[in-house]
Amino acid sequence: MLTDLTIAQAAEGLRKKEFSAVELTKAHTDAVEALNGRVNAYITVTPDKALEAAKKADSTLSAGEAPALTGIPLGIKDLFCTNGVRTTAASKIIGNFVPPYESTVTAKLLENGAIFLGKTNLDEFAMGSGNLTSAFGSVENPWHRKDDASVLVPGGSSGGSAAAVAAHMAMGATGTDTGGSIRQPAAYCGIVGLKPTYGRCSRWGTIAFASSLDQAGPMTRTVEDAAIMLTAMAGHDPKDSTCADVAVPDYRAACGRSLKGLRVGIPQEYDSPLMATEKGNDILAAWKKGAKILEEAGCEIIDVFLPHTRYALATYYIIAPAECSSNLARYDGVRFGKRAEGATSLDDLYEKTRHNGFGEEVRRRILMGTYVLSAGYYDAYYLKAQKVRTLIQRDFTQAFQKVDVLLTPTAPTAAFARDEKPEDPVQMYLNDIFTVPASMAGQPAMSVPVALDDKGLPLGLQLIGKHFDEETIIAVGSALEKAAGFTARPDLRAGVSA
Amino acid sequence: MSLDLATTRRIAKLARIGLDDQEIEAVRAQLGGILGWIEILDEVDVEGVPPMIGTSTNAALLPREDAVTDGDCQDKVLSNAPDREGPFFTVPKVVE
Repeated sequence: MLTDLTIAQAAEGLRKKEFSAVELTKAHTDAVEALNGRVNAYITVTPDKALEAAKKADSTLSAGEAPALTGIPLGIKDLFCTNGVRTTAASKIIGNFVPPYESTVTAKLLENGAIFLGKTNLDEFAMGSGNLTSAFGSVENPWHRKDDASVLVPGGSSGGSAAAVAAHMAMGATGTDTGGSIRQPAAYCGIVGLKPTYGRCSRWGTIAFASSLDQAGPMTRTVEDAAIMLTAMAGHDPKDSTCADVAVPDYRAACGRSLKGLRVGIPQEYDSPLMATEKGNDILAAWKKGAKILEEAGCEIIDVFLPHTRYALATYYIIAPAECSSNLARYDGVRFGKRAEGATSLDDLYEKTRHNGFGEEVRRRILMGTYVLSAGYYDAYYLKAQKVRTLIQRDFTQAFQKVDVLLTPTAPTAAFARDEKPEDPVQMYLNDIFTVPASMAGQPAMSVPVALDDKGLPLGLQLIGKHFDEETIIAVGSALEKAAGFTARPDLRAGVSA
Repeated sequence: MSLDLATTRRIAKLARIGLDDQEIEAVRAQLGGILGWIEILDEVDVEGVPPMIGTSTNAALLPREDAVTDGDCQDKVLSNAPDREGPFFTVPKVVE
């Protein structure tokens, strides 16, 4: 089936005229139509635009010299502004926002020939780890436990992108990652998710959550596909002053590179959260298996210490809400977005609009951020957190003097059921315990599926690299993927169920 | 540290998020819980440690030419306005 192909295979098939871009796109729009009512991976679908773009892709392909992603159907997280296509951030407050411009990352993908199937679901404003806070309903993880029909969460915040790719409702998708929002859903849905170095991809036109952390990246079914997408997405952008002017290599060339002599660090602090959970043993076993695979591939396995790991989450939950409270101040019901009815004064207009427009978790984070930035508390919380962040980054700098890449689990558990959602926000935040430290330090990191747990759910391992060294994590990731031989697919996917 | 109701009300006012009394109490309890959890940072000695501002370590911020790069797009700017009058955004009357 065309929907079973990887991006690399489809690109080859298109060039050999085995099928057309229109056929490939139609297979995907059909899959989206058949499955989206249940999976809810897309907030907005654009099949007509997609098929129109596919026709153009076919003529580009016939003319030769087509860019790498020509004719490849992708899902776009509904946090990237798309010219003329509704962009909601999964929030009521901008539920009808139609951007008159295109984000840099999506513009680059379009220039590269990609076809957009629609806008994928997420936690509201990318704040969440289970895709449970979307104003457009939650997403169903296409995977299910053996002999158990419970609906599982796809992870978050890029849960719609992860579910779409896992269920073959897109060949790949864009995600954004602030504290783990690409990697954790990738692990929960058994796909590859790559968060590049902070500054690798432009943030221009991507709806902001926490600007010192937000980073766009690819979500795909193979490491090679992630490399192909990243090559198209990355690069300098004068419109984002934090976007680095560093040359973009052909990341695909890093796949299959020899790992002989590469030093792989195992952070010793990352096992204690696993010991504490009932399911931790499966993940510890997968982690050990990953290390063994890399040792057999010629890597040297070295224990490293990141002593400030245990402070990363608390630091994150000061810094990210602080930046969010500042970024989300713009949603005031005046220039765009939904305005509350019946306001009696300007303050009343702001308060009613923001109360009605934001969901509970977003309101909580704005309030938390406002508190830690407010007079009298700034030094005790925000400034302190920025200093601890320096120490977290130093941990990584020191570790990377001894090793080339770090291997860790991606998440402390496999996907959990919707009705197992913890009531305590702090318990929910613990899902990001392994992904947040790399985000705080700006390191590139990737989740690769390596095994199934005893319930038949996918587990991912995380590779963390040096700044701007995505190539090493891609090289190691492709070796890990090949040796782990993860070929399992979810029971809910295009062509097998509806 | 626990959060009192007056402080919670003040934060909600600063953030312009209208909360009713019941919501204020719920938010107070939840934020109090998160702040209690954050107290773990008290263990960390940050004496002499500079704050990390921004994430870019490899690239210095580059100034760009001080020139107009965009403009003449009034309709685009106003295209998502919840309410407008001609070329203006509107708000409720602020001066009686």
